[in-house]
Amino acid sequence: MATILAVDDSASMRQMVSFTLQGAGHKVIEAEDGVIAYDLAMKTNNVDLVLSDVNMPNMDGLQLIKALRSTENYKFTPMLMLTTESTKEKKMEGKAAGATGWIVKPFNPEQLLLTINKVIG
Amino acid sequence: MAVDISQFHEMFFEECADGLETMETGLLHLSSNGENIEIINDIFRAAHSIKGGAGTFGFQGITEFTHDLETLLDLVREGKREITSEMTEVMLKSVDCLRVMLSELKNKQSPDYSEAQKITVELKRILDQGAKLPAEHNSNTSELTDKTSKNKSVWHIKFKPHPEMLKSGNEPYRIIKELSDLGTLKTIVNTDDLLEYDKIDITECYISWEFFLEGSHVDKDKLEDVFEWVIDESDVVLFQIDVVDENNLSDALAEHEELKEPIINSIDSVDFDITNHNPVLRLDTKADNQKSTDSKSIRVNIEKVDALINMVGEMVITQSMLSQLSKELSSDRYHDVIAGLAQLAANTRELQETVMSLRMMPISFAFNRFPRLIRDLGNQLNKKVNLIISGEQTELDKTVMEKLSDPLTHLIRNAMDHGMETTEERRACGKPEEGSIELKAYYEGGSVVIKVSDDGRGLNVDKIRRKAISAGIIREDDILSNEEIQELILRPGFSTADQISDLSGRGVGLDVVKQNIRELNGSLDLMSTPMHGTSFTIRLPLTLAIVEGQLIRVKDSIYVIPLISISESLQMDVSRINCIAGGMDLYRLRNDNIPVVYLEKIFNHPSADSDQASQSMMIVVESNDKKLGLVVDELLDQQQVVIKSLESNYQSVKGISGATILGDGTVAMICDIHDIFTMSIMSITKVDNVFELESLSGKNKAA
Amino acid sequence: MSLQSGLHNSSSNFAADYHASKEEINQYLTFFLDGEEYGVDILGVQEIRGWEKPTIIPNSPDYVKGVVNLRGTIVPIVDLRIRFSIESKPYGPLTVVIVLTVKDNEGRCKVVGIVVDAVSDVYDIETAKIKKPPEVDQQLGNEYISGLYNVDNKMIILLEINKLLSRATSIADFDKQ
Repeated sequence: MATILAVDDSASMRQMVSFTLQGAGHKVIEAEDGVIAYDLAMKTNNVDLVLSDVNMPNMDGLQLIKALRSTENYKFTPMLMLTTESTKEKKMEGKAAGATGWIVKPFNPEQLLLTINKVIG
Repeated sequence: MAVDISQFHEMFFEECADGLETMETGLLHLSSNGENIEIINDIFRAAHSIKGGAGTFGFQGITEFTHDLETLLDLVREGKREITSEMTEVMLKSVDCLRVMLSELKNKQSPDYSEAQKITVELKRILDQGAKLPAEHNSNTSELTDKTSKNKSVWHIKFKPHPEMLKSGNEPYRIIKELSDLGTLKTIVNTDDLLEYDKIDITECYISWEFFLEGSHVDKDKLEDVFEWVIDESDVVLFQIDVVDENNLSDALAEHEELKEPIINSIDSVDFDITNHNPVLRLDTKADNQKSTDSKSIRVNIEKVDALINMVGEMVITQSMLSQLSKELSSDRYHDVIAGLAQLAANTRELQETVMSLRMMPISFAFNRFPRLIRDLGNQLNKKVNLIISGEQTELDKTVMEKLSDPLTHLIRNAMDHGMETTEERRACGKPEEGSIELKAYYEGGSVVIKVSDDGRGLNVDKIRRKAISAGIIREDDILSNEEIQELILRPGFSTADQISDLSGRGVGLDVVKQNIRELNGSLDLMSTPMHGTSFTIRLPLTLAIVEGQLIRVKDSIYVIPLISISESLQMDVSRINCIAGGMDLYRLRNDNIPVVYLEKIFNHPSADSDQASQSMMIVVESNDKKLGLVVDELLDQQQVVIKSLESNYQSVKGISGATILGDGTVAMICDIHDIFTMSIMSITKVDNVFELESLSGKNKAA
Repeated sequence: MSLQSGLHNSSSNFAADYHASKEEINQYLTFFLDGEEYGVDILGVQEIRGWEKPTIIPNSPDYVKGVVNLRGTIVPIVDLRIRFSIESKPYGPLTVVIVLTVKDNEGRCKVVGIVVDAVSDVYDIETAKIKKPPEVDQQLGNEYISGLYNVDNKMIILLEINKLLSRATSIADFDKQ
């Protein structure tokens, strides 16, 4: 039972992710862009896992991860990019920003759960 | 545990609609104002979102189609390609195509991809034109002679995390656990690199491992998956050992050399140039861009809102019933009950206003498709037209707006097609080359008024007259005023277009527009000056469901007159009535002479006893700057009434906008003042054809 | 007299039309009007009420007496006597109104009440036994009669109720004046 921060500017995606993860017994906090996500992460301070889309307005996923990594509490927290792009470049970018790994979109709820469980299971 | 993601489809379709709108607005902006990096980013993001969502929710066709669009947009936003008008055209077409396909999907139909395929060809062509892109790098896999094992295979895995691996949130424990799920795992830990206790940096990893994994169905791909995330921050070596049978496992292991060529390594990663596309890191939560930071809105299911509105309507009826009953109560608790009811009335009113406002939306939602339409039509017809929009913040009911969309579109097309002259024609009459169409919305009384005006050629009265005669709508010797002739174009089957253009003039004409507006309890009027232009005025009631009304009695029937239309009420002074030629009565009201209308006459009441003397009250009503005096027997209460439809079980009735249920449970008719004006004019002109109402009411024609 | 199958059932007479098979039996509610017995498909019958004074609808045909409030819905009341050009009777406590669901010209469902002299009975009528109406009928015109049925030495005139009431329920012509 973990606290997961789900960040994506698409409400339908957020809903799907929330629904799936809550169904597995986790607590989910939603944010629609990096700025809000950062804010929430700072406020709650006990996020166990961050799932973030990359392309978002205001502050994108990579910037979010980079920003969180530079804080005390989130240095080692698993952070996964939810991305449609699976090129080597994008993956490197993500890594450079400090991402733990990635989940390639589109994914179905089962795939999401499997991957999550590896990280926080 | 299977999650049914189709429950999120509706939300996805709504998001797509928003995204497509963003794209369209952005593309239009780009085509008229040139390159703008922010807008390009917005468009890209919208396309990206749609593509991503479509993939997630299983709409493969959409994903594939959007892919090329997204690729092109990505190139533009990275500065690798310049945006051209050819590109914006194709992209706009793509937006239209997506709209159609998504709508088909929403209606659970199989989308027609033929248009999409054509557009894809164009997109690919444009993509190929540009600089050659470096081929996409997939995760590199060196060629490997895969030793397919017949029985089991044992994998020898060496895993050495780089010191900083932990900083990406990757835990060796997770990886080891994953490996152990694949089969039987034997682990050897190597702590050679471990520093002395006091020198250890706890954020770094000094330990490495060697594993022997034995399992069926373990192949290179699966192992690569396990290490996928950490491949660049660790050293991973995989060896596959063939095992013929279990007996020689140890022999095989013994033979096996440790330092074979690494199968997976991350050399290539060093060469990549990692560029940060968005250098501005905004940690400031008080973002300048208010777009998404304050979410002052939530999405609400429209059916819930409708249910709420119905409930409020019923509440108003109940409250009025209670009011009625309370009048018959004994005096003991009378005052308390009255006070309580007054409170209830206030609460109800407030609740009602709030609920009604939930459905209100700015009319810009209906207007925003027109810049695009005018642009496209202008290109098609070779006419230069400037669209001026004002009052787009005027709010109206969501359903009304949706139903207004088609009639409005038709009026605009009409103006473009028939109203507007070509550039040459305009030059020839000394008009500016660029024509203008004005789309205006504002409140007036209890209505929303929407005006579509053009500065084009105006209506040709002679042409209309001739067409009407040949269509049998009027007779050769009928005498009609210019306005009446112009109004004929609102009749069914009427079209004076010389050629049936693609746009309008198919006979699906203005009569349909008028009918659509009637169904919204609204009215359509037109005004035209030859050579100068034409304007159509749509008038719609603001609130569909509830109206403030003045109850009146005519004989033994009770009617409701919307308060908003009442200018004043007075006791009639019979001496001020003048009977003029044609049987029309006029009442001298201060400086005006206003026509007098007997409701029972225009409503054709079965007159039990025509006792004119008892009719002593006059209610002066107003519409379109014209006034009229309605003669009634008695003024009753003023109250809020819930409008109930007459059409749901009967039909629409001229002069009546709906019915309501009074406190005593009986039905009362609600008068449609606009109709009553029309009906009284008709009764005048029947008697005397040449009779101008405006001049007699003492007011000039509204501009 | 069992009205159970008809009450609380708002499905229209379409159901009756659908059963083309000759073995079909449909239930009809019958009523009296000026000595004649008429029948309507019971699936269209919503309820039977007493008379209450309706609110006059301006400029309506004489057979449309007005509208009444039926639990919050506005329902028009049609006097079949006037509709059939029979002399009208005064309305009183014994007057019966049958509330029907009908379909208008566009196929929409509407609720309409008809004033009759009295309700008679419910009959199970086999489609096969329904006779075609005669060529000419002065009062009604054939479009309103879906057939004739003989039982117990009497003849029941089965009504095509959608058509009969369509001019009350459907949108009037463009020129209402």
